[in-house]
Amino acid sequence: MAEPASVAAESLAGSRARAARTVLGQVVLPGEELLLPEQEDAEGPGGAVERPLSLNARACSRVRVVCGPGLRRCGDRLLVTKCGRLRHKEPGSGSGGGVYWVDSQQKRYVPVKGDHVIGIVTAKSGDIFKVDVGGSEPASLSYLSFEGATKRNRPNVQVGDLIYGQFVVANKDMEPEMVCIDSCGRANGMGVIGQDGLLFKVTLGLIRKLLAPDCEIIQEVGKLYPLEIVFGMNGRIWVKAKTIQQTLILANILEACEHMTSDQRKQIFSRLAES
Amino acid sequence: MKETPLSNCERRFLLRAIEEKKRLDGRQTYDYRNIRISFGTDYGCCIVELGKTRVLGQVSCELVSPKLNRATEGILFFNLELSQMAAPAFEPGRQSDLLVKLNRLMERCLRNSKCIDTESLCVVAGEKVWQIRVDLHLLNHDGNIIDAASIAAIVALCHFRRPDVSVQGDEVTLYTPEERDPVPLSIHHMPICVSFAFFQQGTYLLVDPNEREERVMDGLLVIAMNKHREICTIQSSGGIMLLKDQVLRCSKIAGVKVAEITELILKALENDQKVRKEGGKFGFAESIANQRITAFKMEKAPIDTSDVEEKAEEIIAEAEPPSEVVSTPVLWTPGTAQIGEGVENSWGDLEDSEKEDDEGGGDQAIILDGIKMDTGVEVSDIGSQGGPKHWKNGADAPIILSDSEEEEMIILEPDKNPKKIRTQTTSAKQEKAPSKKPVKRRKKKRAAN
Repeated sequence: MAEPASVAAESLAGSRARAARTVLGQVVLPGEELLLPEQEDAEGPGGAVERPLSLNARACSRVRVVCGPGLRRCGDRLLVTKCGRLRHKEPGSGSGGGVYWVDSQQKRYVPVKGDHVIGIVTAKSGDIFKVDVGGSEPASLSYLSFEGATKRNRPNVQVGDLIYGQFVVANKDMEPEMVCIDSCGRANGMGVIGQDGLLFKVTLGLIRKLLAPDCEIIQEVGKLYPLEIVFGMNGRIWVKAKTIQQTLILANILEACEHMTSDQRKQIFSRLAES
Repeated sequence: MKETPLSNCERRFLLRAIEEKKRLDGRQTYDYRNIRISFGTDYGCCIVELGKTRVLGQVSCELVSPKLNRATEGILFFNLELSQMAAPAFEPGRQSDLLVKLNRLMERCLRNSKCIDTESLCVVAGEKVWQIRVDLHLLNHDGNIIDAASIAAIVALCHFRRPDVSVQGDEVTLYTPEERDPVPLSIHHMPICVSFAFFQQGTYLLVDPNEREERVMDGLLVIAMNKHREICTIQSSGGIMLLKDQVLRCSKIAGVKVAEITELILKALENDQKVRKEGGKFGFAESIANQRITAFKMEKAPIDTSDVEEKAEEIIAEAEPPSEVVSTPVLWTPGTAQIGEGVENSWGDLEDSEKEDDEGGGDQAIILDGIKMDTGVEVSDIGSQGGPKHWKNGADAPIILSDSEEEEMIILEPDKNPKKIRTQTTSAKQEKAPSKKPVKRRKKKRAAN
């Protein structure tokens, strides 16, 4: 009842905020305001709706909704800051209204705390390495942030090496800082990436797609031949296979995956498997 | 923004791939990327796409007074700009070196070769001549700016039409395009630059390097030629030593390439001319497909996938049995397990012992030799396949390491790192006592052989 009313009111008023639930999966543009579920009822036709006062504290039940990338809180509503599709994830357990975010596509990376990225060491100055991660500033990496590193036992890192690490500090006011150990002090796969192999760059959306838990592409690629892959959230992928030919094929497949439908992809994989 | 640095592993990979005659996008050594030429609505405006490298060329003209020492010749002015959208490294004040080099090359290629008849640009001797200005803008940088820019310049010049002028005595009449059709420029020939990138001190060469290849190249040779096989400009940069026959070979290749590109240019100009004459729609808007999303389109890369499986089989056959992708951990000693292949062994020549070993873990065979000293006892104890066999079969068995300094060390390949042996020795010290005996036993066997 509230939705058609609000839609009608929207056409009358012009720039009325839309309900987030109705826009799920559709393209939203920056500047749009979205209403959260419990606000829809409040914003009925005209705005002033009379509701019976209730003495129960339950009346003002607020649901905790998490604002993901591409959205910003603006008063009681959500303001869209990136263009893309609106997505929502139900809360796994307990209370909370879930997460809303905008699925957008871009190539330029902005450091985010907790992201695992591949960086290139550009300079060694005293106790820290300067690592280029594709952002506006090089990240700093202390030599003590490697597993088993002490003041006497320094890690063997040269300028030009590839590093897989995660950000501990990444905001717009400071230069980002990264480490190659997790909170327990273990490397957990991070550190210097081996000598051979090929590094190439793709869009950020493709990386997120490939890192999704149920990604078919990686499983299919793994069936072709033995390989090693490292994905960095900054759009960089490092691959290594037994021969250069195989590595090149891998790199081209992954780059092309972005532009292929799943049928085309299956075709290519079957052709590779039988050749 | 600073340019993204080139990592060591990328450089190594690219050089190794070039040694095996493989390029990143599957091209052959002498192949050019796809060239696409599109024209704008105005005469003299064109965009040339060489793979992903894009250059926009625009020609304009103006009536000015001539230079004092060249009273009867028109003026040509070339300008190449590296737009900030071409690459993150291009900033307003930054790219001076590259810019100067490219501009000089463009000028030498087009001005000094006299491809345009400047005498025909004269209107009134000593008073009025045409000044032709060619502006080139680099829209996207994916390697080989020079070639794309030279093609864009010559296409724009061929496409351009200047207003018609008539001189009657002292009267000069300049006609607008509506009064009289504009007149094309008088172009003698079409010089086109072809770039050759050299790697490993001139051993390997590639035509039309893309951005990654340009980063790792040693030197660059640019030959500007026209279809009559006349060399207009030749420039070698990077300080590499080139042999005479290399340069001659490059010029032959350039001749072939220039002929192809000139054909492409003439065809494109002809098509555009036809469309304009027939009154059809032309311009950049028309060259973009309608009602289709082209942002998610990528050209097919001609990667050779034919012998992938053969090579894989060769590798597998050499290291029998075929290794599983996910291997189970191998327990060497309580507390030490191994998963996977490990790093490459640098102890000695292993290929002989591998080939003779008909059974036994393929991967494990390599590691067995690598840590044979540490696990000398354990190998025979566990009875892992083919452990002790190695010593019998391998006529040139790899280095036998002894952990006691008193026994003489027989090093089969003295030039391989002696340092490594030392560190291994120290780590094997704990097993000094038990492993002494088997060592002695083995030595006796060899003496018998």
